[in-house]
Amino acid sequence: MLLKELSEAIGVSGNEEKVRKIIEEYVKPHVDKVSVDSIGNLIAFKQGDGSYSLKVVLAAHMDEIGLMVTYINEKGYLHFRPVGGVDERILPGKRVLVGDKAVPGVIGLKPIHLLKEEERSQVAPVESLVIDIGASDKSSAEKMVKVGDYATFDVAFQELGARRVKGKAFDDRAGCAVLAELVKERYPFDLYAVFTVQEEVGLRGAKVAAYAIEPDAAFSIEGTVADDLPKEKDVSPTARLGHGPAITIMDRTFVAFHPLVRLLVETAEAEGIPYQFKQPLVGGTDSGAIHLTKKGVPSATVAVPCRYIHSPVSILSLDDFENTIRLMEAALKRLKPEHLRVE
Amino acid sequence: MIELIRTLTETYGPAGNETRIRQVLRDMVKGKVDELKVDALGNLIALRKGKGGKKVMLAAHMDEIGIVVNYVDEKGFLRFSALGGVFPHTLLGNRVEFENGVVGVIGVEKLESPDKVPTFDKLYIDVGAESREDCPVKVGDIGVFSRPLIAQGQRLIAKAFDDRIGCAVLVKLLEEIGDCEHDLYIVFTVQEELGLRGAVTSAYGIAPDVGIAVDVTRTGDTPEAPKMAVALGKGPAVKVKDARMISHPGVRQALIRAAEQNGIPYQLEVLEGGTTDAAAIQLTREGIPTGVISIPCRYIHTPSEMVDLRDVENAVRLLLAYLSSKELTE
Repeated sequence: MLLKELSEAIGVSGNEEKVRKIIEEYVKPHVDKVSVDSIGNLIAFKQGDGSYSLKVVLAAHMDEIGLMVTYINEKGYLHFRPVGGVDERILPGKRVLVGDKAVPGVIGLKPIHLLKEEERSQVAPVESLVIDIGASDKSSAEKMVKVGDYATFDVAFQELGARRVKGKAFDDRAGCAVLAELVKERYPFDLYAVFTVQEEVGLRGAKVAAYAIEPDAAFSIEGTVADDLPKEKDVSPTARLGHGPAITIMDRTFVAFHPLVRLLVETAEAEGIPYQFKQPLVGGTDSGAIHLTKKGVPSATVAVPCRYIHSPVSILSLDDFENTIRLMEAALKRLKPEHLRVE
Repeated sequence: MIELIRTLTETYGPAGNETRIRQVLRDMVKGKVDELKVDALGNLIALRKGKGGKKVMLAAHMDEIGIVVNYVDEKGFLRFSALGGVFPHTLLGNRVEFENGVVGVIGVEKLESPDKVPTFDKLYIDVGAESREDCPVKVGDIGVFSRPLIAQGQRLIAKAFDDRIGCAVLVKLLEEIGDCEHDLYIVFTVQEELGLRGAVTSAYGIAPDVGIAVDVTRTGDTPEAPKMAVALGKGPAVKVKDARMISHPGVRQALIRAAEQNGIPYQLEVLEGGTTDAAAIQLTREGIPTGVISIPCRYIHTPSEMVDLRDVENAVRLLLAYLSSKELTE
């Protein structure tokens, strides 16, 4: 299963090589050309069937959030800083893999026996945490890792309960897996499936890819927040697991192009695919960079809802995942030049 | 002029949903320009050809701030988020209007203390619905302040002077300008309130030689106001600097000279917080000499902004004078 392989692959922002290799191998037989640009984006090109002379970008980011080793101290512990939006609250006690050789380590913590009353209600700042790789001192640590090495959470992909799976980095390996399926079809326009780098540190890969491609339209495929745990108040869950792909109306980084949102909704309704709208103004995606490229690009975002993203384990529904593929494939086949005109 | 301003301020057009205000502006300027187009983000770009002079981009943003519905609860009440710089202290007891004409009242769960402004998560909108099913507004719908324009002497009170008053200045400019040396790209931009987004793509597309943004600025002339050397009724302000841009000194000087030579009152503006489309325009491509003409405005980003009609008229005069010169930078 590609999603499993992608979830377990290590690829923190700026170090996406392993993920890129898996995807490249998977999509190559289905597309006309595969290339890697100077920043590391993987671009799979597939010529259209000749109906329309349009360039459409589908973007999913390969990178995941993680940690970077900043300093190795005399005792052989690794100091680190977050790469991307890491939640400090969940770090202590987590298992991590450090560097290219995936050296196992644990983020150390003070045992509960020794905690002072006030420490129990406090979050340990990331500067106070260290990774313990079992080294006895600095020189033995330096034989295994070095400053600048990335660390990622050590989590196995696993099927859970009813058609649900758990794993790390569904944001945005879920989107990558969707895209890898979408390229198998031929569409009425030229398709550029762009597997981007460095989204989690500021949509950097998407920016240069869109500049080079100059697309007529773009869709970002994401893994997004599902905050559907029980709440005290009757307020938005952002998105809900099992309720279908989440369509963005607007987020922090862009306003989705209205005719493309309508295309997605009409397609879902015509095909009987469940869908939901993501809570407006939450989060951001590669569309934020793409839509402002050059003279502007009509853009939309569709996401697989994922619980607990930006933590070591997220959970997604395989029904939502498959419905995202169905929705995108059907919508892309219906896409016409009039969907790219401002009304 | 007042009727023009009334139509512009009372038209619905929040950031990200400028369809209606774009239509109104299109009707106002068509027939007065040589080309009219809408770009991929929704910017309305009107070109009035000159006689081989410079390419000048004149930008005013047509979007206004608002609120976005993020959830409709079981009983039909709406939870919402700020679209652009909307602040809770301007909301309690206020009304918002949606594109379909539905009006909602903003309420608070429980007022903890009359001295403390409640946060957004404690506020909701009541459109009089009895259930989620019966609610005429849905997730993603955008509301804007619901206020008619009031003219009281020379002072005007309305919502959305930021930046419909800039739009009014540019519409009036097109009505009054005769032959002009320069190619004028009048751009009514979108999504300024969300981060100058429309200006980014329109400036790239036009690649102008000179950029001018027309927008509102704060004043320091109200009781115990933070110090600022701009007052209502003392003329349009020529921007020196704001939080994100420093006006091109040559453009600034040319604007000042145009005002002085034509006896047009003006003020100099140094704005500590906030910015305009000019910040995006000036960093486009290889860089574009850019300046700003600001209309002094009290109570910006509230339902009751206030401007002085004479400042608006003088802003039009100042632009006419500036554009009549062959050289647009000194």
